[in-house]
Amino acid sequence: MATPTRAPALTGAHPGDAAARPPAVRPRTRRRPLLPYLLLAPALVLELAIHVIPMFVGAFMSLQELTRFHLRDWSGAPFVGLDNFRDVLDVDGPAGAQLLHSFWVTVAYTIASVGLSWLLGTAAAVVLQRPFRGRAVLRALFLTPYALPVYTAVITWSFLLQRDTGLVNHVLVDQLGLLDERPFWLIGENSFVALLVVSVWRSWPFAFLCIMAGLQNIPTEMYEAAAIDGAGFWRRLRDVTLPMLRPVNLVLVLVLFLWTFNDFNTPYVLFGGSAPEAADLISIHIYRSSFETWDFGAGSAMSVALLLFLLAVTAVYLLITNRRGRSHA
Amino acid sequence: MRETTGERWGRRVVLTLLALFVLTPLYVMVTSAAKPLQDVQDSFTWWPSRPTAQAFVDMWSTVPLGRYLVNSLLVSSVAAVFSVTVAIFAAFAVSRYRFRGRGLFSVTVLSTQMFPGILFLLPLFLIYVNIGTATGIELYASRTGLIVTYLTFSLPFSIWMLVGYFDSIPRGLDEAAQVDGAGPLRTLFQVVLPAAVPGVVAVTVYAFMTAWGEVLFASVMTDESSRTLAVGLQGYSTQFNVYWNQIMAASLVVSVPVVAGFLVLQRYFVAGLTAGAVK
Repeated sequence: MATPTRAPALTGAHPGDAAARPPAVRPRTRRRPLLPYLLLAPALVLELAIHVIPMFVGAFMSLQELTRFHLRDWSGAPFVGLDNFRDVLDVDGPAGAQLLHSFWVTVAYTIASVGLSWLLGTAAAVVLQRPFRGRAVLRALFLTPYALPVYTAVITWSFLLQRDTGLVNHVLVDQLGLLDERPFWLIGENSFVALLVVSVWRSWPFAFLCIMAGLQNIPTEMYEAAAIDGAGFWRRLRDVTLPMLRPVNLVLVLVLFLWTFNDFNTPYVLFGGSAPEAADLISIHIYRSSFETWDFGAGSAMSVALLLFLLAVTAVYLLITNRRGRSHA
Repeated sequence: MRETTGERWGRRVVLTLLALFVLTPLYVMVTSAAKPLQDVQDSFTWWPSRPTAQAFVDMWSTVPLGRYLVNSLLVSSVAAVFSVTVAIFAAFAVSRYRFRGRGLFSVTVLSTQMFPGILFLLPLFLIYVNIGTATGIELYASRTGLIVTYLTFSLPFSIWMLVGYFDSIPRGLDEAAQVDGAGPLRTLFQVVLPAAVPGVVAVTVYAFMTAWGEVLFASVMTDESSRTLAVGLQGYSTQFNVYWNQIMAASLVVSVPVVAGFLVLQRYFVAGLTAGAVK
């Protein structure tokens, strides 16, 4: 991306900035108070119909007994209050214990994947900061995993990770001789590592892309001033680059967290619909328990609990980062 | 400011490792697509024993790939066109007007993007099935249902990216048009849109890619006749045989157009996407 001329301000401007948005109230808009709503109506109707209303319907379903017998006759499904929640959140019961296990797997997966993706993205963006021959080619190459349809990327990885015909075992066992036995990667304990590697491969380019955009907003003079002060690479990274990237990183980490925590595609395609226990992410857990048992009431209860958890984490995250941001200012 | 020798070598090491990490699966995809079936059933080899295009021929008959491809093309392009059209009007309203609920609209739309897909899956499934039995309008297991669903998936980011582009177009141009007597819609189509063409193209590609790559809803909301590539490609692994060379060939064929589109439009796409993600 060579300095986009018509590109919107990347990091500096906030949506509410007075400088970025000159007041747009004009006599014309006052005479047509309905117009903006008419322009918004199609988007609003679609969002309501496909996202907002189903969300409330989902919350309602979580209070119903919606097993196989009631799915065909939805209106006849009995109302059971919080029974579904009691079942799926009781960690001493079988359903609750499995959900808790799946929750911890997802937490570990999310922390590792977001951390590694951020690390790789930052490393790539920082070393690609100054121009050199071949930089554009590398940038395009690094963005390719992000542009690939998720299923082709993950299917290819599942081929690499096959026990007998895959590249990974060929290199580890046959060529480097690091292991005596060919391990299984897609079943058993190793499946967690396999899932993590595939996830990082898919998501680090997004971190790279955001950080690259953020780096363009750091004035070169700041680096020159730091260099005059005798600051080496690591000092410049710590005292100039990372503090200047803070606004980008705050949003990036939150977005990556939410996407990774909800990740369904990677395990679904990698393991062919039935994730091994060590890689039983929460989305796939809810999916499988809903469509295997056809207990949509329990499935909805788990979905609602997941949503409440994500909202709570997001709220706490925003609260902490806002407070820290203010005390810095 | 000069680069020290240490920095140069550090850069080379980091870039080499990352390039290897990214390239390995891509290399395997391309070379395995050119392998005869025997090669992918034995221990892995770095190069085809006998390079052949046979997999590109066979892949059409092992599974009904042609039908999946047509379904995916149809669903993704219709969803992209509708999504962008709807997003243009919404983005114009958010960018050019102050109105009650403007902030609420932006926050609500963006936050739906962050919710887990699984949250909508069960209710939408039930709603689509019940609309089908009650009114005869087929949304479940139909391409119409997929189109409607997918177009809302790309809508939030599309609106956000377009607001960024529209904001960067000087309002002086709008005012000049209005002085000439142009109404709001004429201003949008004759002044704002022509100036935002790169943004609109980038958003269209984004919406297309979103629909092209969606797996979760495709796995539940399709049947044999409406199946898309996302689910269809899994048909190559049968109980008896896994045609890895054909899977890689098919993956290559369905990946190249979107990757090429992305890389060609990279500049605009990246600018718009980060504006949406970072703001």
